[in-house]
Amino acid sequence: MFDLFYPFDWLSALIVTQLLGLSLDLPLGSSLHFFFYDVPKVLTLLVSISFVISTFQSFLSPERVRSFLEGQHLFVGNVMAAGLGAITPFCSCSAVPLFIGFLKAGVPLGVTFSYLISAPMVDAVAITLLWGLFGFRATVLYVTFGVSLAVVAGLIIGYLKLEKWLEPFVLQLQAQALSSGESGKNTFVSSLDQSETISWRERINQAWYQTLEILKSVWIYVVIGIGLGAAIHGYVPTNLVTQWAGESNPFAVLVAVLLGVPLYTNVAGVLPIAEALVNKGMSLGTVLAFTMAVTALSLPQMVILKKVLRPQLLGIFIGLTTFGIISIGYLFNVLLV
Amino acid sequence: MTTLKIDILGTGCKKCQLLEAHVKEAVDTLNLTAEITHITDPVEIAMRGVMSTPSLVINGQVVSVGKVLNPAQIQPLLQA
Repeated sequence: MFDLFYPFDWLSALIVTQLLGLSLDLPLGSSLHFFFYDVPKVLTLLVSISFVISTFQSFLSPERVRSFLEGQHLFVGNVMAAGLGAITPFCSCSAVPLFIGFLKAGVPLGVTFSYLISAPMVDAVAITLLWGLFGFRATVLYVTFGVSLAVVAGLIIGYLKLEKWLEPFVLQLQAQALSSGESGKNTFVSSLDQSETISWRERINQAWYQTLEILKSVWIYVVIGIGLGAAIHGYVPTNLVTQWAGESNPFAVLVAVLLGVPLYTNVAGVLPIAEALVNKGMSLGTVLAFTMAVTALSLPQMVILKKVLRPQLLGIFIGLTTFGIISIGYLFNVLLV
Repeated sequence: MTTLKIDILGTGCKKCQLLEAHVKEAVDTLNLTAEITHITDPVEIAMRGVMSTPSLVINGQVVSVGKVLNPAQIQPLLQA
């Protein structure tokens, strides 16, 4: 098959063999080749994918997403929420305003959770790195299973009728908003939303600005991560990795997910290390599960959500998601062999 | 002259600080007096019916959501 990334490979080999005069068979040459291949490749992909996604996202403000989800019920609502979550940007800092905003508009709790699970998990940076480092097939699997997990977990939360475990003030706000017939305030704020009307020129400008912001915030993690990955690539013996993180270790997925859940880190820094480990025999399913755990659940997000969720509901949310990710990890390891 | 009450709703992100700086610039250009508050509590933000930050509130009215307006765009809003 035509390799889209061949030019990067060629350039990297040129730098290592011609410019530095090293053989690619030596550990140092092999490490450097990994580094000079991955850094330009990942950064190029990051800029192009972020730009395309950001442009697309200029059509989808939270206000618009909410209006799509209003009045949607079980299943269809969950599928739509998880799908929309996958394509909209998400920052854990806006989780609470979104959460309350959705509930106030009458979006069911389970549907809101479907959105809340899929939005951080399927984002531009994660997609870019998975595609660049592990290929298209792994990326498609990641997105498909991530969205399915969001649908199922949201359905379960909806089915269990857990509204009683929301903080009381959230319920009050919701009751007020709904009894006053979708208070004029919401409609007014929504009228400020320009995602449908702004010009293409402005969309492109905004998208470019956003792309630069993403690049500025993650490039250093990419470089450091690939640096560490390169060292592993050249120097860590293969049998060591196969033994600890390969298919023969049934606990690999479990440990990876449990490590990933509290970890608040940049996937941009972790995945290049994982790539080097996969090349040495670590299972890909383990990596995908780990990535989901890192993106979907993080400590700061839990602290923020605690403002609106009682501990019982927060616990169910974390438990369901973790359990789902672990199951997906094992399933991946079976599917991807 | 009345004092404008301006709230910036933002969770402390870079864009939110940029909006605050632009608001200050617009206020200075127009020689207005304003009391500018940066609201970072997510619950407080949600109470205002806002879902995307940074948002700008003038005298209790939400006038812009999810955008960094530049000073020239803010000036007419202050004079309204």
